[in-house]
Amino acid sequence: MWPPRSSRRTRAAAALIAASLVFATGAQAEGPVPYRIAGDGIPESLTGAPGDATRGRALVLARTTTCILCHSGPFPETRFQGDLAPDLTGAGNRWSVSQLRLRLVDASHFNPETIMPSYYRADGLVRVGRNFAGKPILSATEIEDIVAFLATLRD
Amino acid sequence: MSFWRAIALAALCAAAPALLAGEIPPEARRSGYSFMGPDTRAMQDDDTSNPGMLFVLDGEALWTKKAGSADKACADCHGDARSSMKGVAARYPAFDKSLGHPVTLDQRINLCRADHQQATPLPYESRDLLALSAFVAHQSRGFAITAGDDPQLKPFVAQGRDLFMRREGQLNLACTNCHDDNFDKRLAGAPITQAQPTGYPLYRLEWQTLGSLERRLRSCMTGVRAQAYDYGSPELVTLELYLMSRARGLPMETPAVRP
Ligand code: HEC
Ligand code: HEC
Repeated sequence: MWPPRSSRRTRAAAALIAASLVFATGAQAEGPVPYRIAGDGIPESLTGAPGDATRGRALVLARTTTCILCHSGPFPETRFQGDLAPDLTGAGNRWSVSQLRLRLVDASHFNPETIMPSYYRADGLVRVGRNFAGKPILSATEIEDIVAFLATLRD
Repeated sequence: MSFWRAIALAALCAAAPALLAGEIPPEARRSGYSFMGPDTRAMQDDDTSNPGMLFVLDGEALWTKKAGSADKACADCHGDARSSMKGVAARYPAFDKSLGHPVTLDQRINLCRADHQQATPLPYESRDLLALSAFVAHQSRGFAITAGDDPQLKPFVAQGRDLFMRREGQLNLACTNCHDDNFDKRLAGAPITQAQPTGYPLYRLEWQTLGSLERRLRSCMTGVRAQAYDYGSPELVTLELYLMSRARGLPMETPAVRP
């Protein structure tokens, strides 16, 4: 339980809890690997290797990845698409691979108020559910697969 | 320091934020009912097809059933619910003077069980508690919601509002991101409503049973991959209070039906 209107204390408490969890399990959380932002993108692959666009397409369509909850796109096989966010059709024309990678890693870099989650971030979040704490939403490999797929969305 | 005391103190130290700022204006407030398809509406409209009415009937039977070591029924103190419980649920959560904080209708029922019936509390989401609260809330069907009007509730409403506005969970989303900014849009094909708590407890087809407002709030929290608060926690109570005050003027629908 947090004291109201005291975000600094909340954050300190959250850090303490996170630290004690790592200590308790004795294991390193699967935190994100470091990456380098250059201009408005992340030029290098997070894994050092190119992603797999076919796997990326399947990931974007999987509800557990969450993209399709908000976005729609050129996916005739599914009726259940969201409209809280732009249609992904043509995303590969509008954005470079480097920009797409940063968008997935941390969309708030482009728009601080965005509702799009940062898929490769594990800190600065509030009350993350036990099963998800300390982990980014997607792994580096999943991000690269999705980036590879989005880059193919050209009209 | 307890959560409730912290709120009381914060109210003393800081001026309560302007309420209702940036909110859905009264004339634009819409129940979840208006977002539903004709089949689900028809199910709610016709008492003989509304599955929630079975719980209301169960609750009516429990109302007159003696319970606890005091061997008293609700009806022994409150008489005929059709008159004594009229409009009551439209004012809940309400401020409890002796506790010094708001309590939900479910909590009020369990307080009556403890204090006046000397009976054990009914577990959250148990059939009996849902039935009793559905029966009591049904006596307010058609009444305009007025919860939160009591000036003593002001700091608690403000606290609930803070929670509504705060991003949380691995997906880092706040209630307001969906229910103030994106109602009428679709999340994976399902319409997002304004989150007006007009019909609780209500029958959700997805649940295949009646459920409380707290159950709904907990599933939205789990949805953004946040750690959901416990049933009856001060956080859920203040959120519930804020939602009810945000729905001011909308008519109660208990038992509603939702997809
Ligand atoms: C909760 C909502 C939400 C989710 C989930 C979400 N996004 Fe977004 N996304 C947005 C919004 C809103 C924008 C518009 C720009 C902004 O606000 O950042 C956007 C913008 C984008 C853009 C740029 C669109 C364009 O062409 O201009 C891409 C590409 C994108 N998202 C991809 C994804 C992918 C891939 C995922 C899943 C891994 C995803 N998004 C998940 C809300 C979301
Ligand atoms: C990512 C989007 C999203 C977020 C964030 C979210 N919800 Fe919901 N909520 C939904 C959807 C979808 C439903 C089911 C359809 C509906 O009733 O709106 C729902 C339903 C509800 C309902 C039921 C409305 C009715 O008519 O019965 C309430 C109340 C509610 N949410 C409150 C909240 C609260 C409080 C929070 C924050 C703790 C929250 N929601 C966060 C998407 C969201």
